Amino acid sequence: MAAGGAPNNKRMLIKRRDFLKTGSLATASLLLPKFLHALQSPGALPVKGRNLVIIQLSGGNDGLNTIIPTRNDVYYRERSRLGIKRETALTLTDEAGLHPTLVGLKSLWDSGQMSVLNSVGYPNPDRSHFRSMDIWHSASPADEYWQTGWLGRYLDAHCAGRPSAALEFDDTLSLVLKGENAKGLALQDAKRLYESTRSPFLAEYSAAKGQVLNDDAPVDYLYKTMAETLSSANYLFEQSRRKSTTANYPSTGLGKDLKTIASLILADTDTAVYYVSLGSFDTHVNQLAQQKRLFQELNDALSVFSNDLKSNGKWNDVLVATFSEFGRRVSQNASGGTDHGTANNMMFFGGSLRQKGLLNAMPNLTDLDQGDLKFQVDFRQVYSSLLGNWLGADAGKVLGRAFEPLKIV
Amino acid sequence: MSLKHLLWRMGFGPRTKSWENWSALPPETWWPKLRDESLPAPQHFDVADGTIKGLLMGVGELGKMEKRDLDKEQKRQIRKQSREDLQNLNLLWLEEMTHSKAQLREKMAFFWHGHFASRNINILYQQQLLTVLREHALGNFADLLRGVSKSGAMISFLNNQQNKKQHPNENFAREVMELFTLGRGNYTENDVKEAARAFTGWSHRLDGEFVFRQRDHDTGSKTVLGKTGNFDGDELLDILLEKRETARFIARKLYKFLVNETLVPEERIIWLGDRFFDSGYKIMRLLEDIVRSDWFYAPENVGSKIKSPVELWVGIRRAIPLELADPESQLVLQKALGQILFYPPNVAGWPGGRNWIDSSSLMLRLRIPQLLYSNQDLDVRGKTDDDQQMGEAAKGQMRRLSAIMDWQPSIDLFAKTPDNELIGKLAEFLWAVPVKNLSPRSVAKKHRP
Repeated sequence: MAAGGAPNNKRMLIKRRDFLKTGSLATASLLLPKFLHALQSPGALPVKGRNLVIIQLSGGNDGLNTIIPTRNDVYYRERSRLGIKRETALTLTDEAGLHPTLVGLKSLWDSGQMSVLNSVGYPNPDRSHFRSMDIWHSASPADEYWQTGWLGRYLDAHCAGRPSAALEFDDTLSLVLKGENAKGLALQDAKRLYESTRSPFLAEYSAAKGQVLNDDAPVDYLYKTMAETLSSANYLFEQSRRKSTTANYPSTGLGKDLKTIASLILADTDTAVYYVSLGSFDTHVNQLAQQKRLFQELNDALSVFSNDLKSNGKWNDVLVATFSEFGRRVSQNASGGTDHGTANNMMFFGGSLRQKGLLNAMPNLTDLDQGDLKFQVDFRQVYSSLLGNWLGADAGKVLGRAFEPLKIV
Repeated sequence: MSLKHLLWRMGFGPRTKSWENWSALPPETWWPKLRDESLPAPQHFDVADGTIKGLLMGVGELGKMEKRDLDKEQKRQIRKQSREDLQNLNLLWLEEMTHSKAQLREKMAFFWHGHFASRNINILYQQQLLTVLREHALGNFADLLRGVSKSGAMISFLNNQQNKKQHPNENFAREVMELFTLGRGNYTENDVKEAARAFTGWSHRLDGEFVFRQRDHDTGSKTVLGKTGNFDGDELLDILLEKRETARFIARKLYKFLVNETLVPEERIIWLGDRFFDSGYKIMRLLEDIVRSDWFYAPENVGSKIKSPVELWVGIRRAIPLELADPESQLVLQKALGQILFYPPNVAGWPGGRNWIDSSSLMLRLRIPQLLYSNQDLDVRGKTDDDQQMGEAAKGQMRRLSAIMDWQPSIDLFAKTPDNELIGKLAEFLWAVPVKNLSPRSVAKKHRP
């Protein structure tokens, strides 16, 4: 495992210094001595070089057609049209099969680099996409409204002064990466972000206004954010080119995102969290075709990504987790689809999984709550494991209370 | 006293065209003028498509239908049409904020829109709720609270149709207490349970009109906040209004919105809240107390607010009149900046302050003038919304924020300003806090109209 204690840290420090010497970061930072100070603080180092990659399956992926209960009569009875036959599914265990499109994931499963946690959810589930995603992002109880995300609070607690510690591959930043003070960075790709910050207007603006800094004023926060964005854009662009991956990624949205992520991981970038989304999995109609198409994208991109990182000795430092805002109803609807449900499964991939395969029992399809699965595992227990056992964070602090971690990593 | 500060906080910023007239007035007349211009009753918006009205309002019996009486195709139609109509309502309200003389009313309606946040995708209900907010924006908070609580938008958003004697649903009661009136810490879980029983039977018809369903109502005795009786929903609201905490809660929220997000002296909130309470919840009285206080203009409160995306954008439009080639680009802009009218993140509304700012939203804010000027694509796409799109998630097409800008008011306003003072005067007019030693000559050369 490449990750380790002192040598890695030292390497990071030197790189950090080189990075500070380069171009516009230095220019931007000169105007802002105290932020420069923050960037250099020795606390600003990744936890043992580990990376967490979250793949959000937006829209509510149908978990029952992902990890298929191939011995369950109820499943086949309730899904006469949509059920995936035992012979067609890729065999995982005696009672579980994988969606036939996910062949690359099956080989990860076979080599002990994939695990599945069933029946993940929360009490009083909400069936609105937006609200349920809000709950997953903020990690709040269903009857509370929190204004920060769980990974944002991780940034607050552990990544002060590291503006590129968490990246989301999108034009706008999700709640999940917004902390009280620290926030993740949203980008489509490193080059575009870099180019967008090269405008002479921004340089003039930061030069003209550099002098009005005042510690408490909100305007200070604006300049801090601007300076961090300019420095991160430069840093990420340099890093993405330094050890750019040569693997052949599919030219899909997810393929491009995972390619950028791989390049940044290969360059030992100080990013700890990478966040990407795939969707829409909101398959009320014509589910079979839509889910298959999205799974094809997931399968192809993730297969290349895992092989790429394996051959570069980085796969042990990576944990990939998938989730959706909810699962779907057990019964199919009349339009060749499924409607909003509740509990769902999560998938984990990586070279350092503590347990492989099924982490708990397949969902119980006879003990339902108005046609929906009952959750058995609180999603915040998963967060607790990812934070505490993988990122080395204080999970209780980030989540607001202690949740018993699971043996995932 | 600063006119600019007053107009930014109690409205959507100064309008270049009328700036000279305003600034020629004696300072003590600024506020009365602003206030009086908002006194006439607002004109209500109605953008709902005829098809939706036909389905939801119907004629005779049809209007008494319930949601479950609609078939799948009708529901789909309503959702699709509502989405379009809500965009029109959004654009119409932006126009009103930009051009209306009733700046104070629209600003306060916008405040209440965030306070009584309802993410409801039915155009008719949203339109009705907005009417309540604009009608009572400067009136009495008790009327406003009652109007909102009895709106189809809020009842359906907070699931009170499901709040029945046999199986109460506490959602509505909880949010009314936590977010609309008392605020956290001023009631117990048991108060919520009991209050929910008082609201049983509060429902709405398909056309959004309030309806009380007697057979679902729990007529038994309830104990809420130390009072016991056979309360119904209206009496329960009265009990909430009888608490000083409600007045203080509203005063605090308004102070943060109008004065300062972070520096909130407790004694000021108590003073404002108690006077608001004693006035019988007169909103205008609370506003007068704020605006007539010395601290309203104190240096720490000037230029201290991070504008919300809607405030920022409307403010730009008021400073520089512009005709957008594609008005719908404003919807993409709102989405990318994180605030779409009628789509608050949840019932708690938009968090505000620093929450508006992250690297991408800040960079986009900085690029707005360039985008307007240079005819570039607004190459930013917001997140998809599956609640609306139901999986048919085609990412929105690229929009252009290009506009024809009307520089004449600015030229007129600065006609007599000598060249060497122009940049300074422009900055003074446009920026909340003047920047010292500003001499970006290159900026002046490149961007002077």
